[in-house]
Amino acid sequence: MTNQIVQGILLGGYYALIACGLSFMFSVMRIINLAHGSLAVLSAFALWLLASRFHIPPFLGLAIVLPLMAVIGWALQRFLLERSARGGALLPILTTFGLAIVIDNVLFEQFGADTRSLAPFIGNLSYDSWEWPGSLYVGKLAVIIFVAAVVLLGGLQLFLTRTGLGRSIRATSEDPDTAGLVGVDVRRANAIAAAIAMVTVGLAGAFLGMRATFDPYAGATQLLFAFEAAVIGGAGSLWGTLIGGIVLALAQTLGAKVHPQGFLIGGHVAFLIVLFIRLYTSGLGLRGLLRFSTGKVP
Amino acid sequence: MSLLSVEDLVVRHGLLQAVRGVSFSVERGETLALVGANGAGKTTLLRAIAGAHQAASGRVVFDGADLSGVPSHERVRKGVALVPEGRRLFVQMTVEENLLLGRTAGRRGDWSVERVLETFPNLKPRRHAKAGHLSGGEQQATAIGRALMSNPDLLLLDEVSLGLSPLVVDRVYASLQGLISSGTTIILVEQDLNRALSVSNKVICMLEGRIALAGDSKNASRDEVTKAYFGLHRKAAGGVPA
Repeated sequence: MTNQIVQGILLGGYYALIACGLSFMFSVMRIINLAHGSLAVLSAFALWLLASRFHIPPFLGLAIVLPLMAVIGWALQRFLLERSARGGALLPILTTFGLAIVIDNVLFEQFGADTRSLAPFIGNLSYDSWEWPGSLYVGKLAVIIFVAAVVLLGGLQLFLTRTGLGRSIRATSEDPDTAGLVGVDVRRANAIAAAIAMVTVGLAGAFLGMRATFDPYAGATQLLFAFEAAVIGGAGSLWGTLIGGIVLALAQTLGAKVHPQGFLIGGHVAFLIVLFIRLYTSGLGLRGLLRFSTGKVP
Repeated sequence: MSLLSVEDLVVRHGLLQAVRGVSFSVERGETLALVGANGAGKTTLLRAIAGAHQAASGRVVFDGADLSGVPSHERVRKGVALVPEGRRLFVQMTVEENLLLGRTAGRRGDWSVERVLETFPNLKPRRHAKAGHLSGGEQQATAIGRALMSNPDLLLLDEVSLGLSPLVVDRVYASLQGLISSGTTIILVEQDLNRALSVSNKVICMLEGRIALAGDSKNASRDEVTKAYFGLHRKAAGGVPA
């Protein structure tokens, strides 16, 4: 059991990492980016391309891919999401859904349906482990991912609270109208927030490729994990995202212990329980929830 | 040259014409009181000057520059700061963070967090408190302080006494008196006629989106302004250059 809990906590670091960008974009721009998983897979493919064709190790490749992801995020916000947001709340969701389909199919067209991994390019880090007291074996990569998630979330927290740009982004997320009236360039703040979110997605994509295999259509599963972790942790809360990731991963590893196919189901059950508790405590009540589920509440 | 010139300004909310061909000007160091009943168009006019509402026609000229099409954050950079109705603080942020946001425009000047805290001493012990946890008076002081932090040439104050107890309003106005004495140019939207006339040099009374009366505050009789306020005085009294 202890082993499952430790592995679950470490896996939670990865989920926090992939949920972080989704949660960040939602909290600042109120956009649910359905292309989130596909963009993570795009980053993994970019690193794979650099490693296989140009012999650039993935950790070094991040120096190229992460700035590229930042530019993609900035351009996405400026030229796609900002414009679609003018058409109402639903349009950006549909736009990112369309974007996910485009990314998936372009990757399929370029790389085919084969599954790939970055593991062959990181030496024995992909399978090496430390032995902890109590005959616990923890993967070095899993620990690195967990530490990266904590450092990233902590760094983001510091950036948002201690810097002028961070305050501008928080002000934009709270009240864009008033933010403009105090001198914040809301368009710029949103574009920078999107760029930051894409950097976190790029990092998550890199770790996805290192710890597992991926193919052009792997984005949907990653989006699901990110969405579940973000909802469990409370979308918009950075440390909540870490807790959400850990809860999701613990539910999955404990689910796998109960039944061989319980890994995904365990996570979904935890997500649904938290979702219902959130809806129930949001003031809708049980009757409101039933009316909501039958579509009687707009 | 006037610091602010509003020329034949028309602002619409959808089909509703909230401001209908308003013209006036404000000189450097003046305090203009904008009075009128609810729905007269005062707040819309102020927000149009600040860039929060786009004008359907007409011009806002600030310090010689036409502000047509200039977004609100750029107007702050040029020296126009608005204290919006209802304070509109960032409630998840502390008082200090709200004040520091006022510096985003990057204008140089004498205003700092310390100076704001000296001007509004009631904020000193609340410096690290979340803005959402402040009393109405403390929130208003923070909102004014936030606008001052941008070192504005023109301060637009929208209903600063709204929802505050008379005692707190006295305190806010005592602080404002200091700003007025220091030569800050102010446009003040106020429901309290006596207070508006007592702190301002000029007064404009709006009715149904138009200027019903404009003149010097000292010369304007309370009766005359009251008549304009309620639409009993349809002709503008003149005195404020268009």
